Amino acid sequence: MPFQIVVCGSIVPDPLQTLEPVTGPAGPALKNEMMLPAVLDPWAGHALFEAAHLAAQHAGSKVWLVSLGPKAKLQQVMMTVAQKVPFELVAMDGPASGFADSFDTAAVLAEAIRGIAGLDRGRMLLFGGWESASRGAGSTLQMIGERLGITEQFQGVDELRVEADGALQILERVEGGRHQVSRCAAPPAVLGWATGRLPEPRNNPQVGMVNMRLVMPALQRAKAAPLKSVGLCFHSVTLPKQRRETRIVKDMPAGEIAREIVAWIGEE
Amino acid sequence: MERILFLAHVEPDGSLVKAALEALASALALGEVTVGLVGGSVQGAADQIAGCGAMRFLAVEGEAFAQGRYATDAAAGEALCRAAGAELVIAPSTSRWARALPGVACRLGGRVDTHAASIATMNEVPAVTRWFYRQRMEGVLTRSQRPWIVLLEPGCVTAWTGTSGVANVERVAVDVSTTRTTVIGMQAPPADEQTIRPDAKLLFVAGAGWTKKQADGAVHAQEAEKLILGFLHAAKASLGGSKSLVDLSGEGEAVLKCMTHLNQVGQTGSTPRHPKGLSTCCHGEEPHVVGWRFIGERRAINLDANCGWARGKADVLYVSDAFAVMRELNRLLA
Repeated sequence: MPFQIVVCGSIVPDPLQTLEPVTGPAGPALKNEMMLPAVLDPWAGHALFEAAHLAAQHAGSKVWLVSLGPKAKLQQVMMTVAQKVPFELVAMDGPASGFADSFDTAAVLAEAIRGIAGLDRGRMLLFGGWESASRGAGSTLQMIGERLGITEQFQGVDELRVEADGALQILERVEGGRHQVSRCAAPPAVLGWATGRLPEPRNNPQVGMVNMRLVMPALQRAKAAPLKSVGLCFHSVTLPKQRRETRIVKDMPAGEIAREIVAWIGEE
Repeated sequence: MERILFLAHVEPDGSLVKAALEALASALALGEVTVGLVGGSVQGAADQIAGCGAMRFLAVEGEAFAQGRYATDAAAGEALCRAAGAELVIAPSTSRWARALPGVACRLGGRVDTHAASIATMNEVPAVTRWFYRQRMEGVLTRSQRPWIVLLEPGCVTAWTGTSGVANVERVAVDVSTTRTTVIGMQAPPADEQTIRPDAKLLFVAGAGWTKKQADGAVHAQEAEKLILGFLHAAKASLGGSKSLVDLSGEGEAVLKCMTHLNQVGQTGSTPRHPKGLSTCCHGEEPHVVGWRFIGERRAINLDANCGWARGKADVLYVSDAFAVMRELNRLLA
């Protein structure tokens, strides 16, 4: 049974970079944002790898990656991502900022998905990261799903199994290190992925060459998608300034350290 | 004055979780509140907070709402927001509401902010404080659109306490006959293997140092696991792990079997809130340290006195061998 898998995922600053907020005419942003090295959003990456794995298991399936971000940065990141797994890129040229509103982002992405030629939305699985590493809201996918009329949705997904009758068994993260197990009778469905079960695929230059034939035209076709975020007003964005005065304890025997920690744990 | 709806789902035992009572306290601090409950049976929960002074108690009740599921929860949330004429909706940031309420905001043409650390009145309008870029920076924002749904993170405010009573609950009917999803149940490790305890007073963070060669030139992963699990059991602590340690687990190297991606704290993991935290063998600078951004009192055991994970981030840094200290700790706690 083939699936039509649409993965929503954008770019974020490399997590190892130092980030500093600045305020511009359009609101908060990151200092030197366009200069910061970018990566594919980690949880969206897991979603993409899971999508490719699922598509490989079901002949006739296809994967699209729908991405909203600055075109130049998207191109840089796609040079790497395109070597991982097969997909077709649908690019929108707009901000990938953590300060953009998920409501507006969802509207742009839903419109882009509606415009995918040949997409059978009745067989669609809408994938993405359950949260981004930028806004971290975990709200965009649900809104895209609503705009596309999909009311079977799952978030924090770590596993998807397709049963013999085509039903989907899904494990979602819930509180306390547990998973909720659900059965969805059939697509369409929205799945916001957490870590999943798959490691990051190794780079495959052959996959990269095939992908890049479609990536570059997709980037050239990318429509401008400015996000207005009307009605959203940031009063401040600041780095945490709290620095603790660390008491460094050297040359204390392990037994004595343990006694001190036990006493500390017991304090109310 | 905003029309405020406090929205909560009821646990299988008929109660409200602590996070819901915290959200209730935040809602009550903003003004008059209507309570909206969703669950299999809601009267117990309504009675539990009957003394909170709410104007109305609304509920969507029935077997279909006993478990979390997007289609039914979104329908219930939408119906309650409409019935209350809500402009501002305050809800706890549980996995169930985090899944469903963004969709409700979309249906209502409203907006949603999740993972809010607080909501308070600023210049006579509600203002939300939340973190961006995985807890790297904190923003304060307001919105003009309504309804505005705000999901409050657990552990940020004191939970509401008050008298119980008998609440007069108005039921709201919702049709959910079209859902294609069946909740089968929960999957959890056996109770004695459970290492994630959100309500624990102490978070124990293990770093990749536990799986490195020790002074004798050998790796002692098995002993490390035994020491860590022994401590978690004795101290009733919750376990967090650094990304490097968790990734090792997935790559099949000499690892701690108790450590999975669910334990991961930090940039691409969780940022749990606990009153105290003890980190061991953790290394790294600022981006990695966000894993214990929301830990109250912090202590660290590390062989490197200058490690960025601890210096300036912890209250106390013990420069010592974590294996030796943990052996002593477990002996004292036994």
